[in-house]
Amino acid sequence: MNAMTPIRDGDETEAGVAEPITVAVLAMGGQGGSVLVDWIVALAESQGFVAQSTSVPGVAQRTGATIYYVEMIKERPDGRDPVLALMATPGKVDIVIGAELMEAGRAMQRGLVSPDRTTLIASSHRSYAVAEKIAPGDGIADDNKVYTAAQVAAKRFVAFDMEALAERTGSAISAVMFGALAGADALPFPRESYEAAIRKVGVGVKASLRAFAAGVDGVANPAEPPPKPNMGEASPKLEPIGDAQVDALIMRARSEFPAEAHAMLAAGLSRVIDFQDVDYGREYLDMVATFLPFQRGDDVILIRAAAKYIAGAMAYDDVIRVADLKTRASRFKRVRAEVIAAPDQLVAVTEFMHPRIEEVIGTLPTRLGLWLETRPRLLRALDRVVNRGRRVRTTTVHWFLPLYLLAGLRRFRRGTLRHRHEVAHREAWLEAARTAAVSDPALATAIIELRRLVKGYSDTHARGLSKFDKALAAAMRLRTRHDAADWVRRLRDAALADEDGKTLDGAIATVATL
Amino acid sequence: MAERSFAKEVADLRLGAGEEFRGEGILAITKALLQSGVGYVGGYQGAPISHLMDVLSDAQEVLAELGVHFETSASEAAAGAMLSASVMYPIRGAVTWKSTAGTNVAADALANLASGGVKGGALIIIGEDYGEGSSIMQERSHAFAMKSQIWLLDPRPNLESMVKAVEDGFELSEASNTPVMLEVRIRACHVHGRFIAKDNKPAPFTLAQALENPQRDTNRIVLPPAAFAQEKEKIAHRLPAAIEFIKRRRLNETFDGELGDIGIVLQGGLYNGVMRSLQQIGLADVWGGTRVPLYVMNVTHPLIDSELTAFCAGKSAVLMVEEGQPEFIETALHAILRKAGISTKIYGKGVLPVAGEYTAEVVSAGLHAFLAAEKPEALPEHIRGRNEPVQPLADEIKALASVVPPRPPGFCTGCPERPIFAAMKLVEQELGPHHVSADIGCHLFSILPPFNIGTTTMGYGLGPASASAFNVKAGKRPIAMIGDGGFWHNGLASGVGNAVFNQHDGVIMVVDNYYSSATGGQDVLSSRADNRSRSTKHPITKAVKGVGATWVRQIDRTYDVAKMRDTLKEALTTQEKGPKIIVASSECMLNKQRRVKPLFNSAVKAGRRMVRERFGVDEDVCTGDHACIRLSGCPSLSVKRSADPLKDDPVAAVDNSCVGCGNCGEVAEAAVLCPSFYRADIIHNPTAFDRGLSRIREAVIGFLQRRRDRRRVVFS
Repeated sequence: MNAMTPIRDGDETEAGVAEPITVAVLAMGGQGGSVLVDWIVALAESQGFVAQSTSVPGVAQRTGATIYYVEMIKERPDGRDPVLALMATPGKVDIVIGAELMEAGRAMQRGLVSPDRTTLIASSHRSYAVAEKIAPGDGIADDNKVYTAAQVAAKRFVAFDMEALAERTGSAISAVMFGALAGADALPFPRESYEAAIRKVGVGVKASLRAFAAGVDGVANPAEPPPKPNMGEASPKLEPIGDAQVDALIMRARSEFPAEAHAMLAAGLSRVIDFQDVDYGREYLDMVATFLPFQRGDDVILIRAAAKYIAGAMAYDDVIRVADLKTRASRFKRVRAEVIAAPDQLVAVTEFMHPRIEEVIGTLPTRLGLWLETRPRLLRALDRVVNRGRRVRTTTVHWFLPLYLLAGLRRFRRGTLRHRHEVAHREAWLEAARTAAVSDPALATAIIELRRLVKGYSDTHARGLSKFDKALAAAMRLRTRHDAADWVRRLRDAALADEDGKTLDGAIATVATL
Repeated sequence: MAERSFAKEVADLRLGAGEEFRGEGILAITKALLQSGVGYVGGYQGAPISHLMDVLSDAQEVLAELGVHFETSASEAAAGAMLSASVMYPIRGAVTWKSTAGTNVAADALANLASGGVKGGALIIIGEDYGEGSSIMQERSHAFAMKSQIWLLDPRPNLESMVKAVEDGFELSEASNTPVMLEVRIRACHVHGRFIAKDNKPAPFTLAQALENPQRDTNRIVLPPAAFAQEKEKIAHRLPAAIEFIKRRRLNETFDGELGDIGIVLQGGLYNGVMRSLQQIGLADVWGGTRVPLYVMNVTHPLIDSELTAFCAGKSAVLMVEEGQPEFIETALHAILRKAGISTKIYGKGVLPVAGEYTAEVVSAGLHAFLAAEKPEALPEHIRGRNEPVQPLADEIKALASVVPPRPPGFCTGCPERPIFAAMKLVEQELGPHHVSADIGCHLFSILPPFNIGTTTMGYGLGPASASAFNVKAGKRPIAMIGDGGFWHNGLASGVGNAVFNQHDGVIMVVDNYYSSATGGQDVLSSRADNRSRSTKHPITKAVKGVGATWVRQIDRTYDVAKMRDTLKEALTTQEKGPKIIVASSECMLNKQRRVKPLFNSAVKAGRRMVRERFGVDEDVCTGDHACIRLSGCPSLSVKRSADPLKDDPVAAVDNSCVGCGNCGEVAEAAVLCPSFYRADIIHNPTAFDRGLSRIREAVIGFLQRRRDRRRVVFS
């Protein structure tokens, strides 16, 4: 055999003649990566190329990250077979397709993307990993780092939301990715040959072609981070609405508070009025206003935090609130939209509720509730009657009516046991913040922000509350330090890092040594 | 019923002489079996060889035409024992499994088979599950070949070479009366390529002929004194016959190159990777031409001393590229050259890492080190001075480490195993953590977040057996997991029988999802599906009662989290002695969706009333604590940023991939989480009655909603 094999009748400088074109696809199991690879192979073979694909599916196809690899080279006139590699070499990949943004990031981490040759095609959508989803706080990773890295790592970077296009065209993301590959024009094949490959493989051809076309057009999108959900859009404006009582509050808020806090005040005011009544809105403004004297110069951070968290604390999640939210017309509409029901389809809704005796006595008048609270045996007996999972079919009259009536109890809310507990807890918290604010407004802000820890229902709520109490106590001990605010924020982040509060306990132990 | 349909692949099995086969490596091997006149095929499914089993399962007609008997063996041991049909009769047989996991199980049968020797060709096709994508412990099958004296083929990873290896393997087996292993790596099994097919051949001597004319030869039975004679015969007759055959038929390949004073010795399976590394430094081209001479071992056991000495003689140094450890071949090569008085220097482990997969980067680095030491002038200018063959990553890319999350495999959307572990989590919250012996199967994903359940895994079906030492008086009982696959593979005897006999007091949780799901959804004895060629629907509870278990609970809907939790609690606290066995049954969702979705869609198309269920989260009720996700991890239950300016943390959200299994709702209810979850029943093609009822409901509910909405204060 000759040492080297010269090719006759071929221009060796043309793409895919002397050296194979290499393509890596990084996907998650179940995303249709193998269909995409089948198309790429069929495409290459139809254009007079020899194509070889490999994958390591195994258990990886169960939702995990997985990689497919394709090499293709133009067939020789003498029919001799090429020797193609079965795995990608870092630095030697022409096209990398990331079926999800972080998978594109993973490709760069593995060194598969290089600035001298790689076209990186990524779907910009996120499918959050378990690690990102289970944090009690905000565990979502920062997208921007992927975009920054891609600018350095790739020769060309194409990114747009292929998942959304797949949904819009009623197809799978693999077809959109195939379109993006054609649109990026990184392979020496005409667009028609891609479409022919889809027809040849023959899986869901019509929808695939639609999605493919959307993918081709999508390449024109700029490869930059999508805008974050605009808070302004979801927030109401602090402007009169034509209700004399409410408008009086709005005008008061506009004149009394700095303009930079108006958006948050509008959100807060609308929430608490929606939760209870206009009087409750007045109470809200009074409470936020207690922090006005501590404002230093133009710094509205403290006021904004107060406007935000006091509203959250006032609009707590009790049985009445949940019943109200579940029975609204707007909610019925939203559910239909969320489950993508067609106009001719009917939607029946079932809630999964599990009331405990705590919820029941919380809704009772204060004195009756307190009386019951001191009788544990009776409470346990009642709990046995109440405490069980209930499937509430809200779209039936039979179930809607009790929920509706329950929501109507809000006019008695101020007299309930739960309200009394909430007010007491809130007052202690705000008093602590005000005490801190006298000397250290930043610490006051951090204390107000601790309220973020109180969330969830039943046990989760109790755990959140206990973290809040611990962190607040630690915050008060730190009061004399000039960097107290930073420490309290660290405590808050620690509390949000895990469920059972181990990180927080560690952080509090650290604080104790200061 | 396997996870996907193999209709096209079955058609490919019928290709005749001169036609081109295009497809996966493992399917090319399947076709090669039929071209070789195989008489019977068995095996145990598992990546990367599942497709061989799946295609043959679907190809009953083709097999019937050729008179080939195919069976899904109960275990690799059963498959290995099946080859005994080739001991006395000139019938070719092939079995397959995932290795080394399966080879470990089959070792007893293989050792006996290899001792007595074979008359008909006996081929063991092993999917070598080593390196990226592997799901098992990292070991070499090579050791089994050596210890039992089974010949080991490791062909170049292209379809033509793999097909040829099957044909050669049968002949080698017959020529040397020795079983032969054909080792194919994961990527080679899944490589898409082509080869020119031959006609299928019916077996010249059939199993029926054997049954009707039984033969026996006590010299072939493993019992002293024959066993001693067999050990000698291996060396005296079978080994020389094999060596002679391998040489004569040139099963190993030498590729000449002009740099004659060096060379590379490599396993056939690594050929493409080594060639690519050579190509990248200009020492080879993509068409198989090379400047460095190569000795490619398509047979890695036995080694052919004369070929090795001939290749190495006159060279100053050779590089041995041998994946995995211990480095059996390299050690042998040293001995062979030493005995032959050849002083050629051997590079191998040292410039190459001892352990782990030989990826393109690893081989390139080793090759550079070898050439830099022995033949620096062969390296191109720009590489010669460099220590690191790969450019270091830019800081922007290194920064990705803080954001790119790990994404290990996990339970699928709607998986029926998820609620079992959610229930175990709830029990853990009440009774504290327990020792949990895990097993092999999808259920092993429980060891990862969010569940973090499971302490050890000792092998397929060995979950209960691996809890057997914990049979002492203590405040807590051990829990052992086992899947239906592992249960029928050996767990009934090694786990349940063992626990009954030894009066074990622990809990055994049998995860029954109607299939051997982790390997691709093959049927097992307890599968609920009708299967034309297999006997199914044998309940696990009947089997465990049959071996004497008395505390047995059957749960027919694992999604009933409260019932799962209460049953497990009862098992952990009951006064009754003996193993407490819970059989938790619900159909694998991946398979169920494949089965049900097309039926659903065609029914909708035909205008029939159909109800699709899916779940959702009311985002204004959700407080963003994610407790529900920590008890689920379902891919369709995710988070999204809330547009509510009063909320800091993302809220839970269910996407449209939800299959309506009900787990999240049941968990929210059982764990008393929150009232955010709802189930929507979407009624397609509602009937006149449905529409009438809905109109009445909407009228009443709508009236009340409008009434209250009028009094609501809405900000602009």
